[in-house]
Amino acid sequence: MQETLSIVVVEQDRDRALLIVDSLRDSGVHDIFVVSEETALARRIQERNPDIVLVDMASPSRDMLEELSLASGATERPVAMFVDQSDDGLTKAAIEAGVSAYVVDGLRPERIKPIMDAAITRFHMFQRMRTELEATKKALEERKVIDRAKGILMKARKIDEDEAYALMRKTAMTQGRKMADVAEAIVTAAGLLS
Amino acid sequence: MSLTVLKAGFIPLVDAAPFIVARELGFAEEEGLDLQLSRAPSWSTLRDWVALGQIDAAHLLSPVPVAAALGLGGIPAKLNALSVLSINGNVVGVSTVLADKMRAAGYRFDFEDPRAAGPALMAAVDGRLRIGVPFPFSMHAELLYYWLGAIGIQAPQGLDVRTIPPPLMADAMARGEIDAFCVGEPWGSIAVETGVGALILPGKAIWARAPEKVLAVRESWADEEPDLAGQLVRAIWRAGRWLGQEANQTTASELLSRPEYLDVSAEVLERSLSGRLVITPEGDLRACNDFVVFHENSAAFPWRSQAAWIAERLAARTGLDRSTARAAAQVFRADIYRRALASLHVDLPGASEKLEGAITVPTEVASASGTLILAPDPFFDGQIFDPAPES
Repeated sequence: MQETLSIVVVEQDRDRALLIVDSLRDSGVHDIFVVSEETALARRIQERNPDIVLVDMASPSRDMLEELSLASGATERPVAMFVDQSDDGLTKAAIEAGVSAYVVDGLRPERIKPIMDAAITRFHMFQRMRTELEATKKALEERKVIDRAKGILMKARKIDEDEAYALMRKTAMTQGRKMADVAEAIVTAAGLLS
Repeated sequence: MSLTVLKAGFIPLVDAAPFIVARELGFAEEEGLDLQLSRAPSWSTLRDWVALGQIDAAHLLSPVPVAAALGLGGIPAKLNALSVLSINGNVVGVSTVLADKMRAAGYRFDFEDPRAAGPALMAAVDGRLRIGVPFPFSMHAELLYYWLGAIGIQAPQGLDVRTIPPPLMADAMARGEIDAFCVGEPWGSIAVETGVGALILPGKAIWARAPEKVLAVRESWADEEPDLAGQLVRAIWRAGRWLGQEANQTTASELLSRPEYLDVSAEVLERSLSGRLVITPEGDLRACNDFVVFHENSAAFPWRSQAAWIAERLAARTGLDRSTARAAAQVFRADIYRRALASLHVDLPGASEKLEGAITVPTEVASASGTLILAPDPFFDGQIFDPAPES
């Protein structure tokens, strides 16, 4: 029977934190603690004295954790960025998923791997969600601009909706520009001319 | 001609300008590079991106490659500095509470004298000074400890040092988490703009010629891609030369202010580029020559003695021996820089090391094609650092 690992998850968003904790629980019995406040982050973590710290690479508060790797007092254990030379793939996967881990020196790789695998999967999902959300938002905005440009063309050239759309598409194709850019130009120009 | 994609990362700071200008004004393209830039959320993330190959080049704090060579801070690869992106450019600021106390005690806010600012600052603090720096391995931390150490404060032991990413510095001060900071522009000016702080010193008042950011790459990449490394160094060098011309300051401010880069008003950015800073929320102006330098007097030359100074400071603080520190100085690659610029016939210094702090007036030194002029580089306390002491 292996000793329980103590893990600290640094995450401000409560829902995300819960999802991460759930995934980690699935990978084994761990003592998991979530830190959501940035204030005195390094000190809070030092108090817990964890084996592993997981943090979103996109979080600016990550720099505060760098202090941990410098702490060398008698009671504090050295914590190092997760760099397992023997498993380059795992480190790369972690970076790509946008999760970074600080791991106590000397913790065996086979103990770290299941936790990292779980975290990587979860963070990949977050990233996909974020990308999807951005894409949806952009598509919606483009759609709005295209609709407005269509309206402007219909009024100015006394044509119907399909013709206005076709005209914009043709212009975009001959000029090698995106439909949304052409629409944007029409809306801007109309604003200036009216 | 097809361009070679080269991915690089930066932190939103005025001194990321050489990368941004190299991309936006075509200096990278001229060298056959499609320089793609990503804004990083933190120094540690930017460092890991470049160390682990997500990107090939980064705008990094000059002490980061040195710290990596010393084995400090869990850095997963050897990093090299191919050139110095910028000299100086930091500010020391205090909260308005502290500024008021300092003013009441007779401090004049001259924005130039560390000997006056240090005691005035420490006298205004109750207990330990809570001070924010962007990263444990930064010129900010080095200058701060050097300055306060020289006026008799135990630094960093006697201070409460907090690591805070540059864009969050003004917020941390507004929330009352810190009494003071040392940060790169425009984030000091942002604290002034938002009315939470006042600036008391430019970094250059502590060390007149401090290497601030470097063009950092993986050592393995520098060795495997000598041609690309050369192209990149030349593109960045030309961008620096453009930035060094006063007439370009307004254009540079506009470029940097774009949402994908710094997303800060051009007017605030121009303050540091022109060296005319607003130092208090009341609007007090101070002029500062060489507030940030990109080009003049061989600014971009990666002097190994600069790396040696950083290495010795870091080694002394973390209990490493001096021979380890000497070896770490090799990460400033003057050799690659020379090779890269050979085709441009740029006049370069003959030596790759100098006595840091020894030049008090503009001085002619031997160079490849005669002489070139080095700018004054004194430390405020007159100390001189010899990178090769007698053993």
